Amino acid sequence: MDRVTCKIRGLEFGYGNIQVLHGIDMTFRPGRFHAIVGPNGSGKSTLLDLLSGLKEPDQGSVEINGEPVAGLYPARLACLVALVPQEFDFNFPFSVREAVLMGRHPHIPRFSRPTENDMAHVRQAMEATSTNRLADRVLAELSGGEKQRTMLARALAQDTPALLLDEPTSSMDIRHALMAMAELKRLAQEENRTIIAVLHDLNLAAGFCDHIVMLNQGRIFAQGDPIETLTTETIHDVFAVHADIITTENDLHISYGIKELP
Amino acid sequence: MTAAPLTRPTRAGRMTALLAATLCGLVIIATGMGFIPIAPGDVLGTLWDCLRGATESLDPLTQSVILEVRLPRILTATSVGFGLAVAGTVFQGLLLNPLADPFTLGVSSGAAFGAALALLLGLNLFGSTTIFILAFMGATVTLFTVIAMSGRDGELSPTNLILSGVIVSAILSAGLSFIKYLADERVSVIVFWLMGSFVSRTGNDALLTAATGLLGFAICMYFARDLNLMSLGSRSAKSLGVNIKQVRLTLLLTASLVSAVCVSVSGIIGFVGLIIPHLMRLLVGPDNRWLLPASGLGGAILLLVADTLTRAVLPHEVPIGVLTALIGGPVFCWIFSRTRSGRRHG
Repeated sequence: MDRVTCKIRGLEFGYGNIQVLHGIDMTFRPGRFHAIVGPNGSGKSTLLDLLSGLKEPDQGSVEINGEPVAGLYPARLACLVALVPQEFDFNFPFSVREAVLMGRHPHIPRFSRPTENDMAHVRQAMEATSTNRLADRVLAELSGGEKQRTMLARALAQDTPALLLDEPTSSMDIRHALMAMAELKRLAQEENRTIIAVLHDLNLAAGFCDHIVMLNQGRIFAQGDPIETLTTETIHDVFAVHADIITTENDLHISYGIKELP
Repeated sequence: MTAAPLTRPTRAGRMTALLAATLCGLVIIATGMGFIPIAPGDVLGTLWDCLRGATESLDPLTQSVILEVRLPRILTATSVGFGLAVAGTVFQGLLLNPLADPFTLGVSSGAAFGAALALLLGLNLFGSTTIFILAFMGATVTLFTVIAMSGRDGELSPTNLILSGVIVSAILSAGLSFIKYLADERVSVIVFWLMGSFVSRTGNDALLTAATGLLGFAICMYFARDLNLMSLGSRSAKSLGVNIKQVRLTLLLTASLVSAVCVSVSGIIGFVGLIIPHLMRLLVGPDNRWLLPASGLGGAILLLVADTLTRAVLPHEVPIGVLTALIGGPVFCWIFSRTRSGRRHG
């Protein structure tokens, strides 16, 4: 499989007069699980849109393996990068299996049927997200977390060297959230994929990711290892909450001071 | 497990084949019905002899009734039903709204306005095709107005499209009322045309509608899989490699062209483009690769049955637009309450 490195240089982006991202420079490397964290409105989702080519930068560049994302054909880009957005429309009664099979779209030529290989990817993706039992259920009838697992399965079935995920576990129960994060970590470590996830749960980010990008008001506030990035000071400055960092041998846990909210 | 994903297509395939067979059977039966009844066997025989070119042996009256009177009307009705239902399916998929149809975008109102204008002014610039040309112009101008209103940053948002369509339709229907007010004694012609009818359709009408319908259908089928992806949201479709802008514009134009031709040939026939895709989704599922052909066939069957009812069964000819609204309205209410209660449980 190809490896994908995403490079952002001197990125500026805004909606009309509202500047959303300022002077962003960063590199997302293969084999790593990157987390983008930051408060609401800090530009995290916009950054994912720019990485996936849904939006074009006002200034600066977003490149995948040295090629500007905006210049890639949609079909080519879909073989390199998969995106799990926060929202989907579920107006039509597609089943879970049909939705996951849609992830194979970039690999199946027009008017062709899915091959045994395509079906194998679908099965694997459904096992990894434990959506097998939901296979024949209609999407619209699922719970929020089940929908999210289905859409994650679809992105896994797309089988791309890079995965962009916007709060992929926000509606999942704890067990499924941990399983999803573990699978993403495995994909980064064992298959050298580039995984980039916007996360709100700093403990999930600390537990599974090896590179944290902390955004604040459209700028990079801090980035690096979880231990370097997630400190009492940075969390206080960016999120305006008190946090105690408890580090054990190879684990980092964040405990928030609920009573100390201003 | 491996065979499982194929169960739905095969079921869908059987359903589509069944619909096609039903349509063929109904065409034969409908051709035999009317003031001069002809047995289905004789209809088949006559058609077969005409195809072979052996016309000498045939009864000239039967031949003329079948070929010059009934078949053109029947083929126009089936083609219009086919076209409206395919266009409805495409609009529903594109606008992510199961309640969308050719009327939602104002396309039908635009066509009706153009045609009414032609009837009011008694325009005859291009002979008998004047109404068609003005209806088509009306539909196209409306479509581009609606698109221009809803796509400020180059992205066409489905909500904006529907809202603009409703606004433009409202203006056009006021315009239509004004035309009717101005029309004085010609008002009955306009009103009757607006109610929709297949009375005295010629072979040319049938040919025009069938050709446009089939061409539009082929284009829509080419993009059927992209349409599936787009119906789960355009962002996620784009990330799966669908060229959203191109596919959306192509399909909007195609479906509008098909609806405009249908309206210009038959007047306004409502509910076909709305109800048929719904019913067919219950039969063949939401996959547009099966839904499009099934809807086309279903629409053709519905209009053929409705037209045959008013032509050969009812004592007086009722405008078909009225008939489809009378049948379609209650069905639509049923679908609406059904989907609403479905949502509540979901």
